[in-house]
Amino acid sequence: MNEDVQSDVQRFLDRLDERVAERIAAQGVEPSWIAARRQAGAARFEALGFPHRRIEEWKYTDVRSIARGDFRLATDADFSPATAARLTLPVEAHRLTFVDGVFAPGLSQLDDLPGGVQLLPLSRALDENHEAVGGPLGRLTGVEFSPFAALNTAFMEEGAVLRLAPGTVVEKPIILQFLSRAGEAPVMSHPRILLEMAGRSQATVIEHHVGEEAAANFTNLVEEIILDRGAILTHYKLQEAALADLHVASIHIEQARDSRYTSFNLNLGGGLVRNDLVAELNGQGAETNFNGLFYGQGRQHVDNHTLVNHNAPNTFSHENYKGILDDRAHGVFNGKVIVKRDSQKIEAEQSNANLLLSDRAEIDTKPELEIYADDVKCAHGATTGQLDEEAVFALRTRGIDQQTARGLLTLAFAGEVLEQVDLDAIAERVELAVAGKLPERFNLAGLVETAVALNEE
Amino acid sequence: MASQEMEQLVRREYKEGFVTDIESDTVPPGLDESTIAFISNKKGEPQWMLEWRLKAYHQWLKMTSPSWAHLDYPPIDYQAISYYSAPKRDEDRPQSLDEVDPKLLETYEKLGIPLHERAALAGVAVDAVFDSVSVTTTFKEKLHEAGVIFCSISEAIRDYPELVRQYLGSVVPQGDNYFAALNSAVFTDGSFVFVPEGVTCPMELSTYFRINAANTGQFERTLIVCESRAQVSYLEGCTAPQRDENQLHAAVVELVALEDAYIKYSTVQNWYPGDEDGKGGIYNFVTKRGDCRGDRSRISWTQVETGSAITWKYPSCVLRGKDSIGEFYSVAVTNGRQQADTGTKMIHIGEGTRSSIISKGISAGRSNQSYRGLVKVGPRAKGARNFTQCDSLLIGDQCGAHTFPYQEIGNSTATVEHEATTSKIGEDQLFYCQSRGISEEDAVSMIVNGFCKDVFQELPMEFAVEAEALLNVTLEGAVG
Repeated sequence: MNEDVQSDVQRFLDRLDERVAERIAAQGVEPSWIAARRQAGAARFEALGFPHRRIEEWKYTDVRSIARGDFRLATDADFSPATAARLTLPVEAHRLTFVDGVFAPGLSQLDDLPGGVQLLPLSRALDENHEAVGGPLGRLTGVEFSPFAALNTAFMEEGAVLRLAPGTVVEKPIILQFLSRAGEAPVMSHPRILLEMAGRSQATVIEHHVGEEAAANFTNLVEEIILDRGAILTHYKLQEAALADLHVASIHIEQARDSRYTSFNLNLGGGLVRNDLVAELNGQGAETNFNGLFYGQGRQHVDNHTLVNHNAPNTFSHENYKGILDDRAHGVFNGKVIVKRDSQKIEAEQSNANLLLSDRAEIDTKPELEIYADDVKCAHGATTGQLDEEAVFALRTRGIDQQTARGLLTLAFAGEVLEQVDLDAIAERVELAVAGKLPERFNLAGLVETAVALNEE
Repeated sequence: MASQEMEQLVRREYKEGFVTDIESDTVPPGLDESTIAFISNKKGEPQWMLEWRLKAYHQWLKMTSPSWAHLDYPPIDYQAISYYSAPKRDEDRPQSLDEVDPKLLETYEKLGIPLHERAALAGVAVDAVFDSVSVTTTFKEKLHEAGVIFCSISEAIRDYPELVRQYLGSVVPQGDNYFAALNSAVFTDGSFVFVPEGVTCPMELSTYFRINAANTGQFERTLIVCESRAQVSYLEGCTAPQRDENQLHAAVVELVALEDAYIKYSTVQNWYPGDEDGKGGIYNFVTKRGDCRGDRSRISWTQVETGSAITWKYPSCVLRGKDSIGEFYSVAVTNGRQQADTGTKMIHIGEGTRSSIISKGISAGRSNQSYRGLVKVGPRAKGARNFTQCDSLLIGDQCGAHTFPYQEIGNSTATVEHEATTSKIGEDQLFYCQSRGISEEDAVSMIVNGFCKDVFQELPMEFAVEAEALLNVTLEGAVG
């Protein structure tokens, strides 16, 4: 490691030492298991340093804007209620809100939680019964996964815990809202989310990352999701962070027999975004659905890495990621499916399609298959290209001008992911956001008129 | 004796496995500057060539063996390899087949490719490489008439130094990768083809490579240059005798296509894959790259890979010229404990460049196979087009098939498509064949051949026949 890199790492470690000292002064000594993990995380992070592009997993993503940043840790959760109201999804839901990683009770909605549902901030869960958290926390991802996971473990103190009792079906969606503030100095947060769903329980979780437009903070999220037999989870990750925000997240899912996990990873914001999704299909009949949409413009960099491990026979995975890139935006997709030896009767499908709207935009995509069993049906496809000229022509024969036709088709391209979304509030919000991002040359006004006209028909 | 023969038949061992006892003029194992000087001196090379080799050697010393491939093999001891081996009577080489050492001819007989017959019947010029020195070149005069140069690279360095100097290393530079650097330092032979402007090579050119002396790695260097509007089809085929120690093969092939030129390069590779435990097979680390330098030029790679314990091979095309075309057709079959990491790179630089990749992988036994490919479209490659299809077939539950396709697209007018599937042989297809009285083994063979059809039809006739036979031999015992 050269000196610069070392001093970057040291700056984060110094910040950690300060934080630990403050916490001990205010709250006394932490339970020993937490302190030990924190140390393990710090040691691992110190050993690895920030990832560089010579590491295959980070070949296309440069994280120097994070490494060189000087981030503080927020100490309060003050946020303008008017702004919060504007940013909050108009969905009737149970809600936990965090401002720069700090729990905001005033912006949360935890009344009338149905029986069998435990939803609380991580800090409170640790206060109430830290041993109950200590078991599952870190089980799916230790500090080995990445330097960012190690850093998260070193800093973790807040986040969300959701536990569902067997057979519990939560009617209303659960929103985990992360707000980012524009402040004098950039801050970082290391939220930790733990979802434990017992047998046959069902829920919809919406993770919403959004904030003030001028925010330029660093979020480093680690999420562990444990689905027991027959549990069903629909997980939306709607990332609409400010364009200067830096966002790194790793989401680890463990699935028992007959469980179903459906993810919608929707990335519209953020200057530098990296998502890692790792699903472990450990029981027969388990199913993973990874859906993704990303829209990059300006100099946005959006990187999605997904991994599905078929560890048991008769497991299924479907993946569909779509990307639209304009200006100088850079998109990365890496999807990996691994079928373990003796995991027979597997079906795995993977598809990634990308649309480049500018000659300066770039996409690097790599759909991978690693298969060690023979009775499998696995397929993947990746396409990058332009709009289908025949489809453009078909619209033009209906009197729609060239640019409007292109705008409509781009919207339809995104629509192929959004039509899978059951929650209208989210589908509409993303669709409008995509329409708003389309280049002006696509004749936006005409587009809206056409859309309204088509709707009326 | 008879029972021994019987046993051999039953175990269906590698047909081409035998060692011809010819005294070799071999240097002691080890690699340093003096080894390179020895090779260069032995070949009677000019000073610039020696310097070129030494430059490569010094670059190689600073490099480390690549570890990114999905391969597992013990580290190679480069000091345990002998880098030069030549049939003894080097000075007075035979001018015709009659002068060829009868023992050598016998070797070809055993292989089932009697040189004179084959050459005459097929009308193919054969630059036969026995270990490292070309022993005989036929049809040279006929080619000479057309103005085509087809000779060993050593002869080319001696007779056409200015051509070699202009093109050697211009596609695969000395420091390109670990194995290319090693090859550049120690290559002992290979072919040189030069087709001048406007000439269509009157016959298909073919070289049979053989590895013979124990513990010698083979470091072939092939350079093919097609000037404007020239065309050539080149066939490469390999067999090797059976032995216990792993043999290293690190070849480099460079193709240069100028304006409107067309180079078709076909390979059938059938080197010894090792015994049931994977012991003794060939390690094949090859760098093959074609440079479509001129506008509308076209380079086509076709390969059938059935042999070797380890295959590390990515025939690539650099599509520099406007509207140039790159093609890659591959069938790779692995059985036993073979490991293959193979694929291609298509680098789109020029406007309107097109490429297509068809890769068919068949894994059986305990083998592992990976397709690794890169399609890169640069910002200037307006309207570039790529289509990639890679399919894997799995036979048996102990093998593995993997796909690692990279796409790096930096141009909004590019259209890039990748499709891949992995599955086992359809049970309904097998049942259909069997219900018509076709045995399971024949049915598998039919289905596999059908699976590979898209690639086989790209092969020249002689090779297509050989390829189907090879496929069946490789997969023998994989079913049932």
